[in-house]
Amino acid sequence: MRHIISILLENESGALSRVAGLFSARAYNIESLSVAPTDDPSLSRMTIVTTGTEEIIEQISKQLNKLIDVVKLIDMTSDVHIERELMLIKVSATDGERDEVKRLVDIFHGHVIDVTDTTYTIEITGNGEKLNAFMEALSSITVLEVVRSGLIGIGRGEKSSLS
Amino acid sequence: MELTGAEIIIQSLKAEGVEHVFGYPGGAVLHIYDAFYKQDDVQHILVRHEQGATHAADGYARSTGKPGVVLVTSGPGATNAVTGIATAYMDSIPMVVITGQVPKHLIGNDAFQEVDSVGITRPVVKHNFLIGDVKDIATVFKKAFYVATTGRPGPVVIDIPKDITAAKCEFHYPSEIKMRSYHPTVKGHIGQIKRATELILSAERPMLYTGGGVILSNASEQLTAFTQKLGYPITNTLMGLGAYPASDRQFLGMLGMHGTYEANMGMHHCDVLIAIGARFDDRVTGNLEKFCPHAKIIHIDVDPASISKNVKVDIPIVGEVSQVLDDFLKVLDSGNKEPNVSALEKWWAQIEEWRSQDCLKYDSASELVKPQYVIEQLHEITKGDAFVTSDVGQHQMWAAQYYGFNKPRRWINSGGLGTMGFGLPAAIGVQLAYPDETVVCITGEASIQMCIQELSTCKQYGLPVKIICLNNGYMGMVRQWQEFFYEKRYAMSYFDALPDFVALTESYGHSGIQIANPADVRGALEEALGRKDELVFLDFLTDKTENVYPMIPAGAGLNEMILV
Repeated sequence: MRHIISILLENESGALSRVAGLFSARAYNIESLSVAPTDDPSLSRMTIVTTGTEEIIEQISKQLNKLIDVVKLIDMTSDVHIERELMLIKVSATDGERDEVKRLVDIFHGHVIDVTDTTYTIEITGNGEKLNAFMEALSSITVLEVVRSGLIGIGRGEKSSLS
Repeated sequence: MELTGAEIIIQSLKAEGVEHVFGYPGGAVLHIYDAFYKQDDVQHILVRHEQGATHAADGYARSTGKPGVVLVTSGPGATNAVTGIATAYMDSIPMVVITGQVPKHLIGNDAFQEVDSVGITRPVVKHNFLIGDVKDIATVFKKAFYVATTGRPGPVVIDIPKDITAAKCEFHYPSEIKMRSYHPTVKGHIGQIKRATELILSAERPMLYTGGGVILSNASEQLTAFTQKLGYPITNTLMGLGAYPASDRQFLGMLGMHGTYEANMGMHHCDVLIAIGARFDDRVTGNLEKFCPHAKIIHIDVDPASISKNVKVDIPIVGEVSQVLDDFLKVLDSGNKEPNVSALEKWWAQIEEWRSQDCLKYDSASELVKPQYVIEQLHEITKGDAFVTSDVGQHQMWAAQYYGFNKPRRWINSGGLGTMGFGLPAAIGVQLAYPDETVVCITGEASIQMCIQELSTCKQYGLPVKIICLNNGYMGMVRQWQEFFYEKRYAMSYFDALPDFVALTESYGHSGIQIANPADVRGALEEALGRKDELVFLDFLTDKTENVYPMIPAGAGLNEMILV
């Protein structure tokens, strides 16, 4: 099953490789990983999407918690939460394609953020499913490049993962 | 007053109460060595290879419970240390390893003797640090010793660029340290302990299975009290030997691949398994699907990640073994329930029947020197009270099976990583910690050659280690597997160019005796052990075909043993 693990870790050199190294050394899967400093510059937030049986997910959580650089770990999957991913996508857009692409972008609440005579570059956010659906909707259009940020997530309601 | 980084390192070691540092100099650590030269508080022990330094520090740590400290240079100094660091990591041994690094401005330039030591050691350390500023040295040392010695212990590497050891700053060693991301659990959950007690007392066929965690937690006394209070059978893992006196009737010997028949059958048939400071290693469990099929399992461990990693447990208790057992003893004392005596009587009768198989018997009338006999004689002469280090292979298993350890921290071996070459340097660390005690290294002619250069270290520091080499002319355990599983195709397991070990030892300034006749075994051991101030190398030419029994083939269950 797919799990979203959100980690606060020391914003120190090497912290990322400890996490990445743990996954490769123990043969765990990483579907996506995104990391950036938080509002507290001494902490980074890392969001990992991984898959595995319940036993493996339990081990992943425990092994991550063992890393000295990991300050806090939350498995978001079981709590009510919001997921978002950012996708930048460059498509061919000539003649009649231009209107069709623009219409699809509007339907999916995306934005065209760069335009040339022959291409559009589109920004779209949402959960992974929405981004996949958008890609499918574009099936008749030539896609030149896709860049996805990997998933991030936050819990709903008043509770904060920092508390 | 300002001190240099190198001086701060020495002062930090002093503040941590470090007596010995095992190391080998080189370019990147010369400032540190210069600081060593100018003081007498911390003794530096010069080894002959960095692997030896890590094993010596490891032996020191295993025998004393204090962290072992290593100092090596950058590049090859650090890479040579990796085997020893991994050895300590697998067995959860507290160690602090200082590696020199090229000056900061050269890092990443492929400088002379540069490797990414932090990167290379990352998977085999509990934690590591690269120091970027002289002002951080004292804090990093405080953290390193704290992390290495608390929770589930382990090695910590500190990588220090050369320029930082020359830079200066004021020195203040922190008296305590707080790390927001590191809070090892100490006390076990009392509710879980009470639930577990209920289950333990309801058992009809109970079994205690205990490992190295008991020794690391100095919980031998509590374990003995707990076991004897219950009257339950107990088995130890390879790492856990000595935590419970081997001479006691409740002790069933070691379990696992080369465990005793009674221990493994007891495991297979028990209805309640109490695992304490053990981690369900594959050499212990055999085939997981066939492991303890009838048992409810209680697992006490300081490391939550060890729990339900290989075997799903019913009642987990996370905490220091010593504290958890203290609480168990209190709960047992305060309650009015007793173990089920009649069920226990039946269980013991069954165990005694298994024990009567006498699975460790061997051909004692042989005209060849039997390795088991050598260990048994050693046990008798030293009354089971020597510090015994070992290398890896058949001799290690025979030592574990036949020596009979009655005290903790006496059996020093590489259990998890299985590092050949461990025994002799480990004995150096033990002998330095206990200069007046008998320290024996049980080895084989293959293993001993992996760190034989440390005979020179023994000479330099006058360390009277007794080396017992069970020389069968083969890598015995490899040969045994080839005999059983590869139709006796002995690929590369035979040595046809062995040195004359007696002459070799003599060339290092020690003495040696070769023994080829069973009748000479006892006398040679007595003579060697009597030479209190000398290192003696006993080269026992043993039966080349002897195998370690019992044996559970890989993939089989604990009840599917090969007996003799």
